[in-house]
Amino acid sequence: MILHELISYDVLRVIWWALLGVLLIGFALTDGFDMGVGALLPFVGKNDTERRMAINTVGPVWEGNQVWFILGGGAIFAAWPPLYAVSFSGFYLAMFVVLAAFIVRPVAFKYRSKRESQTWRNAWDWALFAGGAVPALIFGVAVGNVLQGAPFHLTETLYPMYDGAFYSKFLGLLNPFALLVGVVSLAMLLTHGAAWLVLKSEGNVARRARNIGFVTGLITMVGFALSGVWLAMGIEGYALASEVVSNGPSNPLHSEVVRTDSWLSAYSERPWIIIAPIFGFLGTALAVRGLRAGSEVGTLLWSKLGIFGMISTVGLTMFPFILPSTVDPNSSLTVWDSSSSHLTLFIMLIVTLIFMPLILAYTSWVYKVLWGKVTEADVTANSDTVY
Amino acid sequence: MELDVVELSRLQFAMTAMYHFLFVPLTLGLSIIVAIMETVYVMTNRPIWRQMTKFWGTLFGINFVLGVATGITMEFQFGMNWSYYSHYVGDIFGAPLAIEGLMAFFLEATFVGLFFFGWDKLSKRAHLMVAWLVAIGSNFSALWILIANGWMQNPVGAEFNPVTMRMEMTSFFEVLFNEVAQAKFVHTVSAGYVTAAVFVMGVSAWYLLKGRHIDLARRSIAVASSFGLASALSVVILGDESGYSATHSQQMKLAAIEAMWHTEEAPASFTLVGIPDQEARETHFAVHIPWAMGLIGTRSLDDEIPGINELEARANERIRSGIIAYDALETIRVDREATDPAVMATFEEHSADLGFAFLLLRYLDDPREATDEQIAMAAEDTIPGVMPLFWAFRIMVVLGFAFIGMMAYFFYRASFCGMQFPRWALIGAVAVIPTPWIAAEMGWFVAEFGRQPWTVDGVLPTALSVSHLGATELLITIAGFMLFYSVLFVIEMGLMVKYIRKGPYMDVEETDAWMARHEHRLRTHDGNVPDVTGPAATPAE
Repeated sequence: MILHELISYDVLRVIWWALLGVLLIGFALTDGFDMGVGALLPFVGKNDTERRMAINTVGPVWEGNQVWFILGGGAIFAAWPPLYAVSFSGFYLAMFVVLAAFIVRPVAFKYRSKRESQTWRNAWDWALFAGGAVPALIFGVAVGNVLQGAPFHLTETLYPMYDGAFYSKFLGLLNPFALLVGVVSLAMLLTHGAAWLVLKSEGNVARRARNIGFVTGLITMVGFALSGVWLAMGIEGYALASEVVSNGPSNPLHSEVVRTDSWLSAYSERPWIIIAPIFGFLGTALAVRGLRAGSEVGTLLWSKLGIFGMISTVGLTMFPFILPSTVDPNSSLTVWDSSSSHLTLFIMLIVTLIFMPLILAYTSWVYKVLWGKVTEADVTANSDTVY
Repeated sequence: MELDVVELSRLQFAMTAMYHFLFVPLTLGLSIIVAIMETVYVMTNRPIWRQMTKFWGTLFGINFVLGVATGITMEFQFGMNWSYYSHYVGDIFGAPLAIEGLMAFFLEATFVGLFFFGWDKLSKRAHLMVAWLVAIGSNFSALWILIANGWMQNPVGAEFNPVTMRMEMTSFFEVLFNEVAQAKFVHTVSAGYVTAAVFVMGVSAWYLLKGRHIDLARRSIAVASSFGLASALSVVILGDESGYSATHSQQMKLAAIEAMWHTEEAPASFTLVGIPDQEARETHFAVHIPWAMGLIGTRSLDDEIPGINELEARANERIRSGIIAYDALETIRVDREATDPAVMATFEEHSADLGFAFLLLRYLDDPREATDEQIAMAAEDTIPGVMPLFWAFRIMVVLGFAFIGMMAYFFYRASFCGMQFPRWALIGAVAVIPTPWIAAEMGWFVAEFGRQPWTVDGVLPTALSVSHLGATELLITIAGFMLFYSVLFVIEMGLMVKYIRKGPYMDVEETDAWMARHEHRLRTHDGNVPDVTGPAATPAE
């Protein structure tokens, strides 16, 4: 089979690097507001009906949205096996906490209103809160750690090893810079959830969401700016020291990597990437203004642009690095040396080109069917069937 | 790489996978049964069928969500707990998992919300389409997962690349049309259909015993028994197909299941029952059926099926050949492009046995220094635990045949005896509700435990597949999963029981009124009293 050679290996790698971004952004744009709504639940809903209203704005769609997360896992496995192997086992306990959150959240949505007991419902509401807030924070912390590099090295047979005892592996993730990025991530998704609630709910719930979203939007912008300053001043970057072989076999140990003063040198090499952080600020700022001004659809769209910009910023700043290693820079995973084989990348691209448009089409149709606000009457009149 | 980390990783995987599969079979089958019921509703316009769709749909939803939630663990724990496995075979194994997400899981998860929330927002036909898309999505999910699992049992379409130190795909079509995967897929989804059929029949039988919701219960039994009969036949036939394909691709597993210690003269006999003794390599109190094994396994009278002792001897040879490959690989890794072509040729000649050399890593760091004794020990390791496999398999098969009998009986009574079921049969149907789950878990046990000591048969040993983790981390997550999953199980069972006791609660008045008119109409016709002027209550029908 030579068909796959129609697209050269390095091009496929860049495409899959971009698709990795598409998946992360797709996840943040869709399941992001589900998580945001969950995390906002105790603050926007002061009684059972209000909380049910908030939950039912995402009730019919969170399940499909969550697939972005699962597909993200599957796609990293298929296209970037070393990344899948190194990161999930390296961030083991953090991953376990994320899994716990993503297991409890579906159950909370589905079971919460199946019993009348207020204790029962309160317990599930806290589960929805944790199921939204905890992963939102951890994903940010993870990004903060990826930017700093993770303490792993690969043996000669490419077996991933980690340095440090398990508690330092877990607690070490919670360093100040990573926590700052975690706060940005949480605030970003809270703002997104608020924008969604403004669009899909009404009355007190929408009003409270508007007020909270305004504050979290500002926190997002300040935090994003601070992270940038910190990256410039206090975080070392990485660079390929050996000649770049973009078409070679995927063996991370074949290239030589050195530490540099800062990641931000990328902005002098590829000045155009400044567009990403500009989108990040601009989108978030306009979303904040939209929340103030009372626009609904616009606010959500601006919030999406902001998220798109902020996540792209991370990827574009680090390119071609995906997961650098602090203890053995040569083990760092880059776009050029940690992908699947040429054939697998090609096949997966074809499959994606067939199914991604279909997914977007039917998902849009579902959102169209469900268009409109969830009202208090919707909840009380269909009390037996809605969440 | 301490042994306890390997054992703990296996324990965690077995626990979370088997727990996941408590929910999956019911999702697979019930999604289709619900879609069938809704199809009848749309075709006949009879409200009772809509009520059935909604009632079984509610139970489907309670079960579905746990299948989804516990599936998330499955998608991520290869990377978390099996990082060398993920690196080593991700190039092949990752693809079907990702395609499952793209093609199947997105479909079912996007539409399942609309199934529950869309009754008033969609036309009848559009809602029916949504129900079928959920069912199709669920079943496609199973297809891709079993293609991935089938590759672990029979790794085709891939070869080892010494530069990247991993298996890489050479033919996607071979991976896709792997005969093991195809047989497994149909066998597994059919088992799911049987599970759902037994569940629907059991719950309905309970209603009939209690004298509640008779109309719903009888119709549900009619659907479930016909669907279940076809599926139960398919499970057994495709199970046999799996056995046949195992004859050439997974010989050790087959020999262990049958406790075939020695190669017998063809056609081999089938050991019906007995007590396998792995130490002594014999089966005590064995009851044999002459010829049966040879016929099932080879579908011929003169092909031999190799026994465990012979397979162990072959493993011994493959380990020795693997050591040669390992030695060549060490040179290739250092010399890279400059490798002597003769070494390259040696490697290619023996690379299919490389995985066998890895079996020695349990005993020493460098397989090239292995003694004959160590090689013999590694060869013995290729024999899985015979006793548990022998019995798990037999329990599964007996249950499989029992389901055919049960379905056939209920199908007969539903079709030809006016939906009248004797009390003992109804009590029996309630009592056997848990058995399909037992059969399904036994089936997975046979498939996965029977593949040991490999994660990928003949390619990568389980002991080498694990992540570089400490026992403490694993104990934390195992305790976490146990606690978490137990609580969820209790909650789920509680809700299931609550909603079964509650019975159908949607569209009750409309359905009851229609049923009353429907029965009246049947009576007036059956009684041969043409009552043209009777209650004009059925204009819509």
